[in-house]
Amino acid sequence: MTSLNQILQITLINLRNVPRRLGTSLVVVVGIAGVVGVLVSVLAMGEGFRHTLASTGRPSRVIMLRAGSDAEMSSGVARDQATLLGSLPGVARDEAGRPLVSAELFVMVDLPRHGQTDPNNVPVRGVQPAAFAIRDEVRIVEGRHYERGVREVIVGRKAARQFAGLGIGSRIAFRDSDWTVVGTFESGGDVHESEIWADAEVAMSAFRRSGFQSVTAALADPSEAGLAALKAAIARDRRLSINALREPEYYAKQASILSKLIGVLGYSVATFMAIGATFGALNCMYSAIASRQTEIATLRAIGFGGAPVVVSVMIEALALALVGGALGGALAYVYCDGASLSTLNFNTFSQVAFDFRVTAGLLVRGLVWALVIGAAGGLLPAIRAARLPVTVALRTA
Amino acid sequence: MKFLPLLWAQLFRRKTRTVLTVLSVLVAFLLFGLLEAVQVAFESGADSADAKRLLTMARYSIIEPLPMAYASRIERVPGVVGVAYADWFGAKYQNESNAFAVFAVDPARYLAMYPEFEIAAAQREAFVKTRTGAVAGKILADRYGWKVGQKLPLASEIHTKSDGSLDWEFDLVGVFDSEDPAVRANTEIVLINVAHFDEARQFGRGKTGWYIIRIADAEQARAIAADVDRMFLNSPDETKTAPEKEFALGFARQIGDMGALVTRILIAVFFTILILTGNTMAQSIRERIPELAILKTLGFSDTAVTALVLGEAGLLFVIGAGLGMLAALALLPALNGATGGRFPPLFIDPETWVWAAGVAVVMALAVGLPPGLRVHRLRIVDALAGR
Repeated sequence: MTSLNQILQITLINLRNVPRRLGTSLVVVVGIAGVVGVLVSVLAMGEGFRHTLASTGRPSRVIMLRAGSDAEMSSGVARDQATLLGSLPGVARDEAGRPLVSAELFVMVDLPRHGQTDPNNVPVRGVQPAAFAIRDEVRIVEGRHYERGVREVIVGRKAARQFAGLGIGSRIAFRDSDWTVVGTFESGGDVHESEIWADAEVAMSAFRRSGFQSVTAALADPSEAGLAALKAAIARDRRLSINALREPEYYAKQASILSKLIGVLGYSVATFMAIGATFGALNCMYSAIASRQTEIATLRAIGFGGAPVVVSVMIEALALALVGGALGGALAYVYCDGASLSTLNFNTFSQVAFDFRVTAGLLVRGLVWALVIGAAGGLLPAIRAARLPVTVALRTA
Repeated sequence: MKFLPLLWAQLFRRKTRTVLTVLSVLVAFLLFGLLEAVQVAFESGADSADAKRLLTMARYSIIEPLPMAYASRIERVPGVVGVAYADWFGAKYQNESNAFAVFAVDPARYLAMYPEFEIAAAQREAFVKTRTGAVAGKILADRYGWKVGQKLPLASEIHTKSDGSLDWEFDLVGVFDSEDPAVRANTEIVLINVAHFDEARQFGRGKTGWYIIRIADAEQARAIAADVDRMFLNSPDETKTAPEKEFALGFARQIGDMGALVTRILIAVFFTILILTGNTMAQSIRERIPELAILKTLGFSDTAVTALVLGEAGLLFVIGAGLGMLAALALLPALNGATGGRFPPLFIDPETWVWAAGVAVVMALAVGLPPGLRVHRLRIVDALAGR
């Protein structure tokens, strides 16, 4: 009980003295805030990218590409093949009995970012009417739907935010014609929000294409057996040389390089940064406690035990670390959360946009990291201070 | 120089503290080295760009093809001294994780356009003459153990042969390389002779991906680019021509926000390190006020003592930054191995060293000046009395 009381007493004295040692305390707080801020922001980028990926596609849908092609951009599906694919029994049908299948054109247009002039490869997807029944996550959030057979496009929310000239009413120059933006759509934060959508037939004539790039369909039976049956049906038909795979699998593959890059970049930066700043924070803790050698020795000279001294110093260190961690997390949240980023996806050679996501999990991770730095920085010097003989401590200070 | 031992002794007066400080500076510069290497890799295309080369692409999108017949028309534009073209083949070797760029080119035109690709004369000759010929960058040949003379099976992602198959086979007739690390990043490609490719492909015969134009005078670049584009204006295949460097930079900018992000990370890292190191330095000087007063008593001028403090900060950053950059240098080969060639090879540019030195100097000044100035104003009597 007495030692608990002692801890309480010293801790109170310490904490009350923090304002008097404002400079040193502030450095510890700012240092840790810096570490946590960078850590959380970098991880938030990875988190956002993962989220975009994870929310793209449903396992109940398949994308069909020419066998041997890994990406839509390099795939080609002829019109008659697309019709054949739609008639397969493995493909789901709507109430009217029409197949839930959309043969799609996938091309790129050059558009500058807001405030810049350099062109970026922005993906354009020409879709068939069923695309909206298949992808029921797609919703128009502003403006209206394009009219079939007219040179009108709808633009993904993220594409509209990143690239210039995609506001409703603006005109975009495609290869043979000008198109009007009539709406903005949302699709649950997935990669389609980085795209521009148009009616497949009109887009094909504008891009002078005779074939599609891919065919997306809803599975009649989403189980493994259903997919296997569809694949078997494709394999039986000699006119088809098509590879069908579930959407999530396809889109994960499409982002493999970027995922790896962001992962490696994020984690190595976070790790190195954490290590470097931990050394710095340790140092500040060390000197903060070293400068209080006399104070600590005095406490011990008037009867306070070693353990309470260590514990109270630790509590102070942890408290400062916690403040720093919270500050860093808050900064990351204010500056990064929801900020969007667009970069080149090396697999598809086109732009993909995603948002930073500062999740509660990441904030907790940041706080834990701050506490670890605080504990590491506080413990060793506290023990040292407590073990130094009182006479030596008082004389050498 | 004679003060170096004194600086050293001052620096290691408290070993733990100095070691910790050096480590945190080291890590900051390690990050700096690595992230700058990534930046340089993204922009390496721009660094190795030739001011006398222009690129011509389809006006609306990089993926649209252009007619091969444009070559002779572009050649007639005044100021143009050479024209080459290339088409994207999109290849995989054995399996999809072995992917690299393959361009279908007219061998003589293409190799003349890129004199920085060094290739033996006999191999160049063989490439020109062999309709099914291919030459590979040395990086790739080494990676996959290819030998000149062997068959090179490549699967295209895009181009089908007339029988509908995506599997192609070429004869490897040569290997090219470059001394310059910035150019070497661009040699991670295979070139195939367009002659066989164009007649054997099912679709897109007579089309190519882009043109490379050599001009006599780099000053004329814009005018010539405009002439070329004007020639094809209102044709079914309009073009967009710009200096090579502009395209490379545009491509780097497509990666876009990533670069800005890296810069922001570095600023945050250095800011944090600055505050922490600055505090440590100030603390360390504060503890040594009486010692510094004694130095002044012994006859060191105010300026000399300030210089000592600054020297100490400088030495700290020289050691930390040097070790950090060396650590980055040591880590790069492992990183290059880990990316498996999917990413351009990372290397530390001479310019990065200059930047690192600059940042180290600025940091040393920022950290050393405040306590240095304080020491400059120090009055011996007050300092010794502990006031």
